[in-house]
Amino acid sequence: MEARARNLYLIPYMLWVVLFVVAPILLVLYYSFFNVEGQFTLDNYAKFFTPVYLRMTLSSFWYAFLITLFSLLVAYPTAYLLTRTKHKTLWLLLIILPSWINLLLKAYAFIGLFGTYGFVNTVLELTGIGNKQILFTDFSFVFVSVYIFIPFMVLPIFNALEKMNPTLVYAARDLGASPWMTFRRVVFPLTLDGVKAGCMAVFIPALSLFMITRLIAGNRVITLGTAIEQHFLVTQDWGMGATIAVFLIIAMALLMLLTGNRKRGLIDIVKR
Amino acid sequence: MKQLVRMFVLVFAVSFGLIYVTSYMNSSAGYSGGNTLTVYNWGDYIDPDLIARFEEETGIKVIYQTFDSNEAMMTKIKQGGTVFDVAIPSEYAISKLKEDNLLLPIDHSLLPNLEHIDSRFMHLSFDPENAYSVPYFWGTVGIVFNPGMVGDLTFDSWDDLWDDSLRNQIMLLDGAREVMGMGLNSLGYSLNDTEEAHLQEALAKLSRLTPNVKAIVGDEIKMLMANGEAAAGLVWSGDASEIMSENEELDYVVPQEGSNLWFDNMVIPKTARNLEGAHQFINFMLDPEVAAQNTEYVGYSTPNKDALAILPEEISGDERFYPDEELTSRLEVYDNLGPRMLSHYNELFLEFKMHRK
Amino acid sequence: MSKGKWKLSNLYLIAVFAVLYAPILYLMFYSFNSGGSMREFEGFTLEYYNEVFQDTRLLIIVLNTFIIALLSAAISTIIGVFGAIAIHYIRSNRPKGALLTLNNVLIVSPDVIIGASFLILFTLAGIQLGFTSVLLSHIAFSIPIVVIMVLPKLQEMSGTLIDAARDLGASGWQVLSKVVLPYIKPGIFAGFFMALTYSLDDFAVTFFVTGNGFSTLSVEIYSRARQGVSLSINALSTLIFLFTVVLVIGYYFINKRNNVRPGAKEGSL
Repeated sequence: MEARARNLYLIPYMLWVVLFVVAPILLVLYYSFFNVEGQFTLDNYAKFFTPVYLRMTLSSFWYAFLITLFSLLVAYPTAYLLTRTKHKTLWLLLIILPSWINLLLKAYAFIGLFGTYGFVNTVLELTGIGNKQILFTDFSFVFVSVYIFIPFMVLPIFNALEKMNPTLVYAARDLGASPWMTFRRVVFPLTLDGVKAGCMAVFIPALSLFMITRLIAGNRVITLGTAIEQHFLVTQDWGMGATIAVFLIIAMALLMLLTGNRKRGLIDIVKR
Repeated sequence: MKQLVRMFVLVFAVSFGLIYVTSYMNSSAGYSGGNTLTVYNWGDYIDPDLIARFEEETGIKVIYQTFDSNEAMMTKIKQGGTVFDVAIPSEYAISKLKEDNLLLPIDHSLLPNLEHIDSRFMHLSFDPENAYSVPYFWGTVGIVFNPGMVGDLTFDSWDDLWDDSLRNQIMLLDGAREVMGMGLNSLGYSLNDTEEAHLQEALAKLSRLTPNVKAIVGDEIKMLMANGEAAAGLVWSGDASEIMSENEELDYVVPQEGSNLWFDNMVIPKTARNLEGAHQFINFMLDPEVAAQNTEYVGYSTPNKDALAILPEEISGDERFYPDEELTSRLEVYDNLGPRMLSHYNELFLEFKMHRK
Repeated sequence: MSKGKWKLSNLYLIAVFAVLYAPILYLMFYSFNSGGSMREFEGFTLEYYNEVFQDTRLLIIVLNTFIIALLSAAISTIIGVFGAIAIHYIRSNRPKGALLTLNNVLIVSPDVIIGASFLILFTLAGIQLGFTSVLLSHIAFSIPIVVIMVLPKLQEMSGTLIDAARDLGASGWQVLSKVVLPYIKPGIFAGFFMALTYSLDDFAVTFFVTGNGFSTLSVEIYSRARQGVSLSINALSTLIFLFTVVLVIGYYFINKRNNVRPGAKEGSL
């Protein structure tokens, strides 16, 4: 494509990058150097390295990891089976559709479903398992988070599976590979890009979840996102909130670099 | 390609059609006319019939906008991009807004109905001359509990919350000042205490409460408590009265060690355009009959002594929501501790939340 | 595949869909509750549906929400597609990676930060809060999603295709409109739908940048939720949900009928 035409396409996009990405990052960075009283300081960064915030960071990563893992475990088979159905795009759309209903409403519905006298507990009692505390536990938090992120994981995997040439699977089967072997050696590696895109689309937003940490986990789980929300909306300590945000942005950039490298590594392995 | 173009044309056509429809609806509902008054208030914190009556009496069209926290409201007022003629923040927000020069003085000569306000609720620390604010509702912080679920605990003392029988049975509202205040009060300190040793002591005491805490939640606490999700909860009195109207088994008490006394006051933000209308509105809300009707609708405690006289005995005589002089003397209003101390309170609260069972 | 397996796989999909739709069915069920809360079902009523249609303000808000979603999704798709094409044609790895990282910043930033920083931005730029500021923000946070959806399609498109078109004498615009865009069409549609999803779902950003009486559904629900969610919101959600389901299914089948030609691949949305 001609260089000039390409530059023309770039204009609105670059304008967006500068105005809505670079400018906000700079603003966040700028704010991170000021304390609540508006004085220039490095205290916020020092505070980030206290046990409270480090523990929070650690637990955020742990929960984000769990959420990503379970999303993948649920979404991969779903996407795989979807590609096998008639009207597969329709079913895919129907997977996305629930995310169009307001999250707060769905959270309230989950409170109703998971509550002590809720639907799930009624079923548990009828089946003789007995009443359990579901709401405000790690389980409910991970479950609802996975629920929220499923569409974002299914979509890229579905696309990757669609892209895959089915004759490869037939070839593998003809060559005597077991279904599991075919999956492990052919299907999964070929859809790895989709899996990676899905994991990125889940893991990083999961680090900054808020709202459901309060509604579903009753603040028993505190993520970096919760802390940022608190600092921006409640404490009005924008400096500290911005500092945490800076670390999140750095974490994201590192993660993207890491996965980018791994991709190259895998290609090397495949080539060998 | 054709399909793409077709879709985008369709999307734009539908959008512009909808824009036309909404602008038609807006103008026919009178929202874009000239004589309007924008009231910025908490959700469902006024009887809608009263707004209709005010519109009828004055010919001013009220645009009612809501916020869900004082902080969100302050951010919006500070930003200045929106017109608000009357807002109803809580007392600590008022002192902050005042500090930032975001309020306009209220002209008392335009408010003949101000005389109906109980003098106890005037001239308070956050606005000594009432130059910027006029009381709207007030209340306390206390414990709402289900007598059937707590054995013989009465919650006359904050310490009852620490009882072993309440393992995983209490809920706290998600507020740093409220929870830290509870810790301080239970130790006999003021909830405005700034002594580091006292704060650490309170944090240590609160951390022992962790096994009993089922959840720390926001407004959902009303629904959860009414549903019987927990035996006891730390709540604002206004929420308590709503919870109790939902579920009559529950009761509310303010512990004897003392607690918080809070106010929501009417103010005129700097962004106001319709000053005359704003004063008219405030004066209207101070009318005893109007205030009484509003109190019955909202269910919070009214500072209007003449409205209280009209209200039925079952409301005005309810000591849980209109506590006697003796208990009231032990209630404290939150002082403006300054941003540094406030952020310290928040850090401590965050640390409390980070305690795992 | 053996029959038993087929059944098992169907069962799995049914289970996934059941969980995905359980909370929504729960909301719908209680929208008919005369008891007034989502606690106990006392009796059947249509009162809340009536309430929805009486409430002009609520209806205006619903329409506003759709306008914002449609416009922001369409505009961000256009900008995002061109952005993705531009990124794709950057040859050297370093600026490409940098641009991609910048692209992803908004996807991964917590909404609260996006909202707060946009608010500061609009204040500095002197833009009045309301329709414009909300629309701009929604466009802004949807663009990277579109780019992410379109890029893989571009990558799988072979360069020889374009070279061939070139050799046949196609101009830059022709290559774009006749070769590139049709090829990446599924990605464009996916991007559009994701942008729509993000826009409809957003609360935090809108909450910061809205003002002057303009509101979207999620913001309105949040401020009403203070008193516990009123069932008229349930009724409204039920209506919107059924409407979108009908729309999606209807669109799918109409589209399919129009596209029935030999060799046409099923499901290009």
